[in-house]
Order: sequence, then C-alpha cells, then structure tokens
Amino acid sequence: MNLIGVLQLLVTSSLMYSAPLILTAIAGAFSERSGVVNIGLEGIMVMGAFGSAVFNLGFYDTFGNMTPWVAMLFGGFIGLLFASLHAVATINLRADHIVSGTALNLLAPGLSVFFVRVLYGKAQTGPLSESFGITSIPLLKDIPIIGDIFFTNVTPLGYIGIFIGILSWFVIFKTPFGLRLRAVGEHPVAAESVGINVYLYKYAGVLISGFLGGMGGAIQAQAISNEFGVLVISGQGFMAMAAMIFGKWNPIGVTFAAIFFGFAQSLSRVGHYIPVIQDIPTIYLQILPYVLTIVVLVAFIGKSEAPKALGRPYVKSK
Amino acid sequence: MIEVKTDSWLKKISVPVLAVLFGFLVGAIIMLIFGYNPVQAYSEMILGVFANPYSIGEALTQGTLLIFTGLAFDIANKAGFFNIGLSGQFLIGWLSTIAFALQFPDLPRIALVPLSLVIGTVAGALYAGIAGFLRAYFGTSEVIVTIMLNHTILQISNYLTNFVLGSSSRTERVSENASLSMEWLTNLTDYSRLNMGFFIAIIVVVLYSVFMKYTTTGFEIKAVGLNPDASTYAGMSAKKNIILSMLISGGLAGLGGAINGLGTFGNLFVLGVLPAEGFNGIAVALLGLGNPIGIVLSAILFGILQTGAPFMASRAGVPNEMAEVVIAAIVFFVGAYYLVEWLFEKFGNRPAKGPASTDVEGGVDQ
Repeated sequence: MNLIGVLQLLVTSSLMYSAPLILTAIAGAFSERSGVVNIGLEGIMVMGAFGSAVFNLGFYDTFGNMTPWVAMLFGGFIGLLFASLHAVATINLRADHIVSGTALNLLAPGLSVFFVRVLYGKAQTGPLSESFGITSIPLLKDIPIIGDIFFTNVTPLGYIGIFIGILSWFVIFKTPFGLRLRAVGEHPVAAESVGINVYLYKYAGVLISGFLGGMGGAIQAQAISNEFGVLVISGQGFMAMAAMIFGKWNPIGVTFAAIFFGFAQSLSRVGHYIPVIQDIPTIYLQILPYVLTIVVLVAFIGKSEAPKALGRPYVKSK
Repeated sequence: MIEVKTDSWLKKISVPVLAVLFGFLVGAIIMLIFGYNPVQAYSEMILGVFANPYSIGEALTQGTLLIFTGLAFDIANKAGFFNIGLSGQFLIGWLSTIAFALQFPDLPRIALVPLSLVIGTVAGALYAGIAGFLRAYFGTSEVIVTIMLNHTILQISNYLTNFVLGSSSRTERVSENASLSMEWLTNLTDYSRLNMGFFIAIIVVVLYSVFMKYTTTGFEIKAVGLNPDASTYAGMSAKKNIILSMLISGGLAGLGGAINGLGTFGNLFVLGVLPAEGFNGIAVALLGLGNPIGIVLSAILFGILQTGAPFMASRAGVPNEMAEVVIAAIVFFVGAYYLVEWLFEKFGNRPAKGPASTDVEGGVDQ
C-alpha cells in the first residue's frame, strides 16, 4: 500500500472512531462545567445507541436515506431523558454524583436489553435498516493530496464532531449562558448571589450532556456496529471521560483528546493493513489507548484542575 | 467517601430498606407498562430460588463473590477512594489463579489450593496498587486509572486465554487438586457450584470487621478517608494509607476472582464485557452502608436476584434483564437517600431540633 493509501485509511478510520468519543467527551464537559460529575456517560451512550437503533429499524420507511440522521437526534433525545434521572438525583435529591452515575451505568444495559427483548424477542436488534455511509466532501476533495487523504470517502461525522467541539467552546467561553454555566460549577453561592438560577443551569448542563452523549452512542451504533446489543458500547463512555479530563474541560482540547483516542482505537482495527504496524502483535495495539491514557495522565496532567465545586451538592438558600 | 449521613439510626436503617422496596417498585412499574404481571414475576423469582437446594446453592455462590467485591469497594471507599476497578482486579485474580493452577496441576491439594488463592489475591492487590501509587505520588485520579486498567486486563486476559493459556476461547479445566468444591456441600445443594469459597468469605468478613474496628491501621484508613489533612496533622501518613487501602481492596477483589476461577468455573474463558461482579460489588457495598453484616446481607440478596432472574424469564416471560434493572434502581435510591430524609420530614414526627442534614445545609463552599 502506498503512503497516501495508508494515510487515507488511518484518517478515515480515526475519524470514524473519534466521532462518538468527541460528542460524548464534550457531553461530559457540559455536565462537569455546571458542577455535576457525569460518570454515567457510558450508560447514556448505551441508551442513545439503543434509541437510535430502534428508531432506525422502525422509521426507515418514513425517512429513507435520512434515517440515521434523524435516528441520531432521537438517540440524543433518549440520552437526554435518561440523563434527567441523574439531574433529579444529583440536583434535587442531593445524591452522590458518582453513585448516581454508577446507577445509570448499571441501569442502561439492563433496561435497554429488556426493551430490545420485549420489542424483538432477542437480545440484539440485528442489522439496522440504514447506517451512516461514507462520502466525499465537495470542493475540498479536489485539493491535491490533502483532498485525497482527508476529504475523499470519509465519514462526515468526524468533521461534524469537530464542528460541535468548536461550537461548544464558543458556547461555554464566549456566551452569557456559558459564563453562567461555569460560574455555577465554580462557585454556586456567588452565582446565586448575583441572581443566577443555580438549579436551572445545572439542569441545562446535565441535559445537554445527555443529548450529546446520546448522540455519541447513536453514532457508535449506526456508524460502527450497525446494530444494537449489549456489546455495542463497551468502555467508550469511560474513554470519553478520560478525554474530557485530558482536554481539561475545554471543548477544543477535549476534541483533540478524543481524536487521539479515536486514532489509538482505530490502530488496533486497521493496523494489520499498515506496514510496520502490522508486525506488532494486536494485543499491544488493543491495550495501547488505555495504557497511553494512564501514561499521559501521569506525565503531563497530574492533578487536573476540575471545576471547583464539582461533585458537591448545592442547597438553595431560602 | 460516600456514606449515608443522617441524624438517627432509624433513618439510616430505613435507607437500604426503602431503597430495596423502591427498587422493586420501579421494576414492577416497568413490568406493568409492558403488560407483565409483576406479582407473578417476583414470586416466581424468589420462590424459584428457594424451591430447591440447587438454586439456593447457586445464589450463595454468586453472593460469595459479591461479598468479596463488596468488602473491596468498602475499604477503598472508607479511605476516600472510588475503586471502580474492582472488575479488573477480580479478573486479574481469576486469570493468575487459573494460570498458576494449570501450571502446577500435580501439587498436593493442601498446597495447590492456598497457593493459587494467594497468587490471585496478590495479583489483584498489585493491580489496584498501581492506581493507589499513582494517586499517592502523582495525584492522578484513581477513577480514570482503574477504568483504564479494567479495559487493559480485559484485553490481556482474552488474548492469553485464546493464545497462551488455552485455545478456542477457553482454557482447560484445572486439576481436581485445585478445585474448591467440597463433596458434602455439593451433595447438600444438589450439585450446585457452592464451594469452600463461601466459608472463606465468612472468615474474611470476620477478619475484616476486626481489622477495621480494632486495629490501628484500620482506624488510620478510616481517619484518612474522613479528613486527610487532620490525619496528616496527627502524624498519619496519607500516602501510606492510600496505597495500603488500595492494596487491600484489590486483594479482596482478586481473591473473589480466584474463588470464581477455582470454585465456580474451574477455568477461564474469553469475556465480552468486564465481569459484572465488580460493578455489582459497588452496589452491594453502598446498600450495605459500609457495614460488614450489611454487605453480607446485600450480597446474598443480589445473589438471589441474579439466580432467580432466569425463573422469572422462563415461568413469567419477563426478560432476565429485569433483575439488573431492579439492582440499578436500588443503587439509585441508596444514592438519593435524601428522599428518605424528605419522607421523614414530610410524614414522620421529627423532633424540633436543628436541620436534618447539616453537612449540606447552607451552601457548600467551605
């Protein structure tokens, strides 16, 4: 395989594996910026993947080729509903955020497979009606070399993820909404003293998190697995959490971290097509993303600067 | 540290009781929505387990494993850590025990069984120790590190099972000399997989209670978890206690995995997902409110739920997964224990003194 071919394969598969991670990692950033730890991302992804798969199978006749896109939004909506449990528990019921998140992670596989059994009579949905395809991006694909590597026969999802990353950065750092969201996560008492509705912003953070995480799960199901079963989401939510910490809760940093993880993940899938890498036993490539995370965390990040009031319950003053 | 903070013993005990009740209620509501009969489903589940000695044995086998992971979560939690890596530590214990037992099949039973169990325990301890060490010396989040270690060992275990220790997705069974099964127990429970591990669990629970309650080290671990600054000021080493508690935690989970290997299955096979015992151990410890007796009771309850789930499926037509839903809902309600607080305020006749939960009243930033 020539160099351009190798690069093209790497870029295409990295973008594919990054897309769900980018959205879910940004999901984590929204929640944690508002002060709510969201270890339940994994569960939210499971529900999003489940929702999108069911929608995909059920409404193909109505939406045709657009089905995966609409199903992705529906997956986001299911994720949002599911995350609202976390919001109620942590914000109103003052639950420990990690316990509530763990409950979400325990609940999602059970609940979704229960529904799948009720609907289809078996534990997996089977192949979806229509999955996200690959496409070439007009104009950009005509740029010599770069066009071939980055914009020909790629999934647009990776680029959409990057766009959402930039948009989220703008929302969190450049809009009044983002400023208030961060204020609530750093110092809720001060935020309330200037008239910000702390509970409202915490709800916003967690629900946006649910929507994005659900969409991340939907992408995993519809672009990578092409079905829903309990094995579709296996650790991506946790990996997204790690990406969020790498990226220091800044959506752009988070996006880069997620792309890095997507790249590491894709190496173990497509590595055997690539010279040099194909000589490395697969097991090393399989554990690479996890081991690298620990190494990078220890070497470069150390104690991360999480939002100050992260994980603490806030009780409204009367 | 995660704990239920209330001002009375009555409230504290109501938290798990109500959580279990609400958990079953949530399951019942979901079943009603989908046209199942929850009363029939639950009674098939519970009666199914208690109707024959085999199922009771199986429920206790499952409960045994959860006692280990429950205690493992508890000690880390008492020291102020969230050990979400129990699954990985459980798996490495299982893996290394089986590897050792396969390597020395002809050692006499009196040597092989204890040695294999010790190997599994040490493997689990060292694996968790990585997270403890990194936390103590680099301040690295133990949550992220243990999650990564979970996925690392899952891949390694599957690779070794396929290509080194065994072939076609499973290893050979270990020799009779490594087995934990006890003939009278097997006969008593009608050929269930209940084994010596159950008695080891009981001994460990007793030792654990004594350790936490009556030894200086146990006290230090709790003190560091409650207030690291004050404990350091009092001359305790936070670093030492962080690492020690993670070692013990991982060791307990590893021992659970070892017993799963030698007792429940007798071999190792390729796993699609991390062993559920790890995550359910978190649930068991939280429901048990960090009390060893509570942990044993919750472990047995979860063992019953899991063993009974297939009866619910075969006799009442409700998918197995309902048991997982109920367990998750129970954890949710233990977490949201403020609900109990609120119920007491609303319906109980509470004495007219200070606020119920002073720890969170009036803002959070100290």
